[in-house]
Amino acid sequence: MSSFDLSAISNSLPFLLEGLALSLMLTAVAMAGGLILGLLIAILRLSRLRLIAGLAALYVNGFRAVPLILVIFWFYFLVPLALGRPVGALYSVLVAFVMFEGAYYSEIMRAGLQSVRSGQWQAAKASGLSYLQTVRLVALPQALRKMAPLMVTQGVILFQDTALVYVVSLNDFMTSVTIVANNTNRPVEMYVFAALVYLLICLTGNAVASSLKHVRAIA
Amino acid sequence: MNYSWNWAVLVQDPYVQWLVWGTEMTMAISIAALIIALVIGTAIGVLHSSDDRIVRSVMGAYISVFRNVPLLLQMFLWFFVVPEILPGGAGRWLKRDLPYPEIVTSIIALGLFTSSRIAVQISAGIDAVPRGQRMAARASGLSMLQVYRLVLLPQAVRIIVPPLTSEILTIFKNSSIALTIGVYELTAQTQQIQSMTYQGFEAFTAATVIYVTIALLVTLLMRGVERWTALPGTVSGGVSVQF
Repeated sequence: MSSFDLSAISNSLPFLLEGLALSLMLTAVAMAGGLILGLLIAILRLSRLRLIAGLAALYVNGFRAVPLILVIFWFYFLVPLALGRPVGALYSVLVAFVMFEGAYYSEIMRAGLQSVRSGQWQAAKASGLSYLQTVRLVALPQALRKMAPLMVTQGVILFQDTALVYVVSLNDFMTSVTIVANNTNRPVEMYVFAALVYLLICLTGNAVASSLKHVRAIA
Repeated sequence: MNYSWNWAVLVQDPYVQWLVWGTEMTMAISIAALIIALVIGTAIGVLHSSDDRIVRSVMGAYISVFRNVPLLLQMFLWFFVVPEILPGGAGRWLKRDLPYPEIVTSIIALGLFTSSRIAVQISAGIDAVPRGQRMAARASGLSMLQVYRLVLLPQAVRIIVPPLTSEILTIFKNSSIALTIGVYELTAQTQQIQSMTYQGFEAFTAATVIYVTIALLVTLLMRGVERWTALPGTVSGGVSVQF
């Protein structure tokens, strides 16, 4: 093997950055969508209506039992079928990630809501708040502070998971790297470079998560 | 939505055979990787709990690297990069003579990836054993190896059974990533059935049902393990490990 050649990386930098931008966009959308969906599912799951709580639990456990790649394949196949017309890989992947992450975020949310002491729920009820008002005004503000580090940690895992869109050939960072590696026949440089980029971004995310652990106090 | 159902495709030749092969492959690579992950993860976790600062930070670096690079990329690194950068003979052997390279590579990648996660759990489990026990064991004349083997690890492993269970569930799911380097495990086989027959709904349902069944079996098995190994007078799952 010849020496380490960095020109493959520098020559294709704009293309790689575009891929990275897509990975980050996927992460951001899946995180935002997953958080909203996750909150909704967590609220349903803590509902006193057995049927609703059961359905929410089924959703969460179903998504948690299967691999993300299978979920991506499922939605890649289902979304065009449901809409009755072909849509790009991007839309089905976005739906897949939001639905999948929703299941994981709902577990974090549920733990957060449950960590709010039962006395507070009772006090809120006694002062005339409805269930949803209690969630919105009492439980959630406290739970979110407590859960913020875990949400960021889950975001780091999610960012790594976006590499899996490789299987439907969406040009995220991972896919761009493989394309450049194949075109330039420089797999060693490209994959080591990609590993360093992922490592750097994830370590930064983890640092943010652990710094959030210290800013907990309610202003 | 117009879709022509044909559930019979799942029991037709050769597709039923593909499903069986896929399930067997998923089980095989997951279990092999799990064994690697348990052995290496325990070793790293024990060393990570040592008092030596250098050893601890080296183990911390190992854990950090393996946890913060996507598994898909780790598979590619083992498959495309390692054979290139290993010196002469070893690299050539990996490229030319290694039997079933994609299967062996996926097992190693999945095993090492999971070992870092198990190391974190082992290390947290050891930390959860009261510190006085380590000192008492040392004071009663046990060697450091004996302290770990006879006192710390038996308790640590019991403490981490619940998070370990979810890690075992994850390894079965993560084994699907092996399809990216050409291993025909369950997800790859169903994807192949989908592209041959256009019966995606049936194929993916079959895979989903099989994965859910595996998850239920593992959960039941681990609950059994937890019950059989419980020590009298202790409450299982008393310590939560955060990631």
